[in-house]
Amino acid sequence: MTSEEAVAKATPLSRRTARWLDSRLGAAGFARKALDKVFPDHWSFLLGELALWSFVILIATGVYLTFFFDASVEEIIYNGSYVPLQGVEMSRAYASALDISFDVRAGMVMRQVHHWAANVYLATTVVHLMRIFFTGAFRRPRELNWLIGVGMLIFSIVNGFVGYSLLDDQLSGTGLRIAHNIALSIPVGGTWLASLFFGGDFPGPDLIERLYVIHILLLPAVIIALLGLHLALVARQRHTQFSGPGRTERNVVGERVWPTFAAKGTAAFFLTAAVLCALGGLAQINPIWLYGPFRPAEVSAASQPDWYMGWLDGALRLWPGWEIRLFGFELPTPFYPSVLLPGITFGLLALWPFLEARITKDRDEHHLLDRPRDRPLRTAFGVSTLAFYTVLFFGGASDVLAVTFQTSVNALFQAFRIALLVLPPLAGFVTYRLCQELARRDRPGASTEAPRVAPAASDDGADNRRQIEPEDEPELDPASTAGVPRG
Amino acid sequence: MSAYASRGGGRDGDGRDGDGKDGDGKDGGGGGEADRERAGRVDDRAERLVVAGFVTSIIGAVALAVVYIVGGQPQWEGITLALALGGIGLAIAVWARYFMDAEEVVEDRHALASTEEEVAAFTASFEGGQQTLARRGLLTKLGLGALGALGLAALFPIRSLGPRPGKGLKETAFAAAGGGSGKPLRLVDAEGRPIRPSDLSRSSLVTAWPEGHEHDADAPTLLLQVDIEEFRPLPGREDWVVGEIVAYSKLCTHTGCPVGLYQTELDLLLCPCHQSTFDVLHGAEPVFGPAARPLPQLPLGLDEEGFLIATGDFSAPVGGGFWDRGRT
Ligand code: FES
Repeated sequence: MTSEEAVAKATPLSRRTARWLDSRLGAAGFARKALDKVFPDHWSFLLGELALWSFVILIATGVYLTFFFDASVEEIIYNGSYVPLQGVEMSRAYASALDISFDVRAGMVMRQVHHWAANVYLATTVVHLMRIFFTGAFRRPRELNWLIGVGMLIFSIVNGFVGYSLLDDQLSGTGLRIAHNIALSIPVGGTWLASLFFGGDFPGPDLIERLYVIHILLLPAVIIALLGLHLALVARQRHTQFSGPGRTERNVVGERVWPTFAAKGTAAFFLTAAVLCALGGLAQINPIWLYGPFRPAEVSAASQPDWYMGWLDGALRLWPGWEIRLFGFELPTPFYPSVLLPGITFGLLALWPFLEARITKDRDEHHLLDRPRDRPLRTAFGVSTLAFYTVLFFGGASDVLAVTFQTSVNALFQAFRIALLVLPPLAGFVTYRLCQELARRDRPGASTEAPRVAPAASDDGADNRRQIEPEDEPELDPASTAGVPRG
Repeated sequence: MSAYASRGGGRDGDGRDGDGKDGDGKDGGGGGEADRERAGRVDDRAERLVVAGFVTSIIGAVALAVVYIVGGQPQWEGITLALALGGIGLAIAVWARYFMDAEEVVEDRHALASTEEEVAAFTASFEGGQQTLARRGLLTKLGLGALGALGLAALFPIRSLGPRPGKGLKETAFAAAGGGSGKPLRLVDAEGRPIRPSDLSRSSLVTAWPEGHEHDADAPTLLLQVDIEEFRPLPGREDWVVGEIVAYSKLCTHTGCPVGLYQTELDLLLCPCHQSTFDVLHGAEPVFGPAARPLPQLPLGLDEEGFLIATGDFSAPVGGGFWDRGRT
């Protein structure tokens, strides 16, 4: 036995594996850096992570579903175990979705978890985006990652819609028909676009198969690629942090990836998965068996899209029936709310970092986050935008609301249209004043910027655990504020 | 795990004290004994929580397997899955919170931009290669041209995805009934049975198709029996009704949803998608909602056997609008 072998015997398997890998990859240096990376900690930094974990669950459950789903529009007679639909003619796609729900053991849970995960994924993504916006995390040098994020959001919304459109039930068929008409409404190229995408007039014979490829291959590949880039850029540029004692533009204060941050992340994954599974098991979602198979001439009343499409539905409802007709050509009504509005929405969203830099003339690197109150204009603009889309969202439920509150849809429409014009500026104004008030209350104590300058030099970080807010803590330990000028 | 616990336990004391605003002063000061005892109690409780989490998870996993084996049941599958996953999540979360380093580390942020030397070195390398290409300038240009041509040629297969948008959008199967050449086309129900005026009643709404095209998505037609005294036909359509029966396209002119709700007392048709409302008595003009155009009307007639027929296509292309809808 050579001494080398003896050493090998004595070292545990994990080490030997690591050695084996390293002698082929030379990755120890890189891996160590990765383990030692420092991540700032704040509850709001968890939002993006929750979106990531929901996405992982989406992939896992989605792969399972592909084993049973049959994306074919061939008409068959259903004879599965859901009694009310036995003997009904339907597409294979819809029948296989019913089979997943009733005849594949654990299929129902997987399907419902998948659908819940999609809703939660998009919800956490949007809230994550709001966090980035309101804290100014999109500023230089992170404009690229903002663009990647906006791209992911758009692709994810589309993939969500495509996903629930696959099942060929009455509700999703109606949604596809609306999508077809929206494509048609695009000037000049719209009819071509609709024909190429749908493979002819609605509903083209290949439509479901095409949507399937888009849903499980094309868009997931794009989203995963963007997600990889998104995370790589976070690693490269390091995470932002809120200002506080010891935190500057030139450092990162937080905990190391290994083991604390990694453990918290793992816990977040399992907890997210647990919540999604509980929802998937207990909270019914998209009960397609109640909608019936798609029949082009039928429609289910009070059909609602998934929440992230709600604003579009609302816009389609509230936009008045204006059409421009010139020389026999026309710009149909749906164009404005369902093509122009999303175009402006995502265009503005994508360009925001550049617009803001132009307005504020602030083109410096920023690694310290803003508190929303310290940027009253941006915050007010953000809140008023949110108000706008919230009104649209509720506008999308106008028929349900009319029934619930026993009012006429007519009156409700007018109310929503007025709210759409009045609420956003109002919300913006109130927010602006609120920010000013909060900022004013901050002023009498030490300036919020100040503490992060002083202690960095004197302390070793032991008391830097939490951001110390002067207004919360009037009797600050004199040691940590020594030398700070009092306002 | 116990190694972790004891190691963490020591650090843990100052870890959580840091959360309290008075942290470090106390640690250095006298209250050590009581503090340590308190910390120990918290440690015990935390450790029990971790154990509970993992045990719950195991129980959940076993229960899941049992539920599956005995036949599966969605609610129980969800609950047991949630327990199995949530148990692990809870255990790790508590573990990380109480027994892992919560120490804050300060790291320098390095400038993202490269140094001037790096940029200069890169520029030199890149331009060196560029010169090699420039020396054979024509070849480079030709090569780029070839790639461009290939790119353009690769676009053509996209054309195969769908037919040229043409008549399909502007015509329905009823077009066969129109003009001098076509012979009238019967209206049939979903099962293909022809329809007599007497099959309709004042409050009902019948959906009909052109005979032989009962699956056409663009041809569903609404047959309505209206109060003919009140009915005000559009100019030129006076003979498009049979008795009291009038026919409109069922597809909303907004975004093409089937207009499925008939408010008989008000003589209004309501689209469930975005609540466009159409006046049945007056050419199905939109009276409310986002639709901008009336539902196209279908000219009706009767054949010798007394069944309803269409004598031509709809008065306009059905469904939502598009760019060249008005062009022929
Ligand atoms: S489709 Fe009828 S109102 Fe929009």
